[in-house]
Amino acid sequence: MTTLSAAAPRVRPLAGVGQSLSLAWRGLVQIRHNPMELGDLSFQPIMFVLLFTYLFGGAISGDPQAYLPFMLPGIIVQSGLMATMNTGMGLSIDLHKGFFDRLQSLPIARWAPLAGRVISDTVKQGWSMFILLATGYAIGFRATQGVLGILGAFGLMLAFALLVSWFAVFIGTIAKEPEQVMMYGFTAIFPLSFLSNAYVPTHTLPWWLQAFVKINPVTQLSDAMRGLLTGGPVLDHALYGLLGGLVFAVIFAPLALVRLKRR
Amino acid sequence: MTNAILAEGLVKRFGQTTALNGVDLAVRQGTVLGLLGPNGAGKTTAVRILATLLRPDAGRATVGGLDVVRDAHRVRGLIGLTGQYASVDESLTGSENLRLIGRLHGFDRGAAKARAAELLRDFRLEDAADRAAKTYSGGMRRRLDLAASLVARPQLLFLDEPTTGLDPRARADVWDIARELVASGVSVLLTTQYLDEADQLADEIVVIDHGRVIAGGTPDELKRQTGAQTLAVRPALESDVDKVRAVVAELAASPELAGGVVTAQVTDPTVLPVVVRRLDDAGVAIAELALRTSTLDEVFLALTGHRAEQEEEIRA
Ligand SMILES: Nc1ncnc2c1ncn2[C@@H]1O[C@H](COP(=O)(O)OP(=O)(O)OP(=O)(O)O)[C@@H](O)[C@H]1O
Ligand SMILES: [Mg+2]
Repeated sequence: MTTLSAAAPRVRPLAGVGQSLSLAWRGLVQIRHNPMELGDLSFQPIMFVLLFTYLFGGAISGDPQAYLPFMLPGIIVQSGLMATMNTGMGLSIDLHKGFFDRLQSLPIARWAPLAGRVISDTVKQGWSMFILLATGYAIGFRATQGVLGILGAFGLMLAFALLVSWFAVFIGTIAKEPEQVMMYGFTAIFPLSFLSNAYVPTHTLPWWLQAFVKINPVTQLSDAMRGLLTGGPVLDHALYGLLGGLVFAVIFAPLALVRLKRR
Repeated sequence: MTNAILAEGLVKRFGQTTALNGVDLAVRQGTVLGLLGPNGAGKTTAVRILATLLRPDAGRATVGGLDVVRDAHRVRGLIGLTGQYASVDESLTGSENLRLIGRLHGFDRGAAKARAAELLRDFRLEDAADRAAKTYSGGMRRRLDLAASLVARPQLLFLDEPTTGLDPRARADVWDIARELVASGVSVLLTTQYLDEADQLADEIVVIDHGRVIAGGTPDELKRQTGAQTLAVRPALESDVDKVRAVVAELAASPELAGGVVTAQVTDPTVLPVVVRRLDDAGVAIAELALRTSTLDEVFLALTGHRAEQEEEIRA
């Protein structure tokens, strides 16, 4: 028979959404049994905000309180970017433990396992960002652009993370073991997040470094985040930053999907 | 329809490696087919194709009468898969694992919970139901894995090396579960490197090596097909083994010596009195003398000229 499989039933899209939500539930309920992850999601953000503010604030801005409004939007972008690697790590663990095979052998939508993971990781991202902001508030940070500004900041960050997580998914599919994901990921993401104006004003850098920092989407996104939280131009920076994220997605989404299909 | 699974000419290549090189298989409804082969023979690759996880490069296969490529989604509704490495989510509890699978099969919350409770009871995991699976022993994890593949009561089950790495007690547990399932009408494709496991569980056995089927039949047929009965002689004095080996060598090809016992494959049962007479003539006192049906280990040796490699890969 050479007829196409038009008649073969597939998963209805709505059922696929339900399956994705079940798998997202899995990603969230895990936290209960894994205190390490709770620490990663909650204590690490608190620690970083306090550390950067009081350790570097004086040196960089002359005063921690002056540094906080500059740094907090930057740290939000930077830790959001780092956290995308968790998506790749989780995927890699599923691939190596055979759990991914189990899911693929179930009568569910092919995209549900990935979608479920991304949904739960997005919720975790949102939580970490909330903790960063709350910690900032506790030590004197104030968002001046109202609720819309804050919602915009969440939206922008989560959208950017969603685009970049295709890179993490790709790393997850090529890593020989889950530990490698963090290694590859940090190698790529560390320079990207630190060679930006997330923590230091661009004009303090040598000219050749400025050249890179200015075109780095993390810089643009940090500036957009500053605009949304404490005032200043937003749109151009946000679009530029998202365009950077889109480049990641356009390159790595097809590569990742091919890797997943041809295992 | 009498074949639960039918595969014809399956070929699968990974780069330079040909994992399957034209494999035919048939699992009759309600029976166990044992797919037997050493490391790297292609067992897992065959299972993954039949469970719709891989597409074959050539050949075709049906599961429950449905094509595994064209009708993959419907095939997934019929099968249960217990992969080679117990594939549960280790950071979820036993109960959460089973409820998740239930939900993914389309059970509502209540039904998923009830089915999970039922399986946890059947598989003696009630006490561990609310503990993270990473705290389970190997045997418990295997049982949870089996339970997870049975959530939707599949009529067709794939068991890929279900007892590799388990202690004898946990192995016997898995065997009992498999027997019960078959008794209730489930068809099973079992892969194993343990020859006694295939002998114990399988109605029919297919032996594969380097991606090719090298023999097939019922366990007894297989033993007969290789012509093999095994003659085993243990002299009363360990120092006599060389004399014994010399005598046996006159009557059968390539006798082997292991643990003070000389064994050789023979086809003609009438050698027995001859052996006794010649050993007597040579003045050898015999502690043990037997003519028995060959084990599958010996069958494998006769078929491939090399022993089934039993070394286990160290994988987490
Ligand atoms: N995804 C893959 N990529 C590359 N090579 C593979 C892949 N899967 C299997 N192989 C190769 O195909 C051959 C058959 O592998 P397979 O896993 O099917 O063997 P097996 O009989 O299950 O072995 P084992 O007893 O070790 O589980 C091996 O040489 C293996 O290295
Ligand atoms: Mg295998």
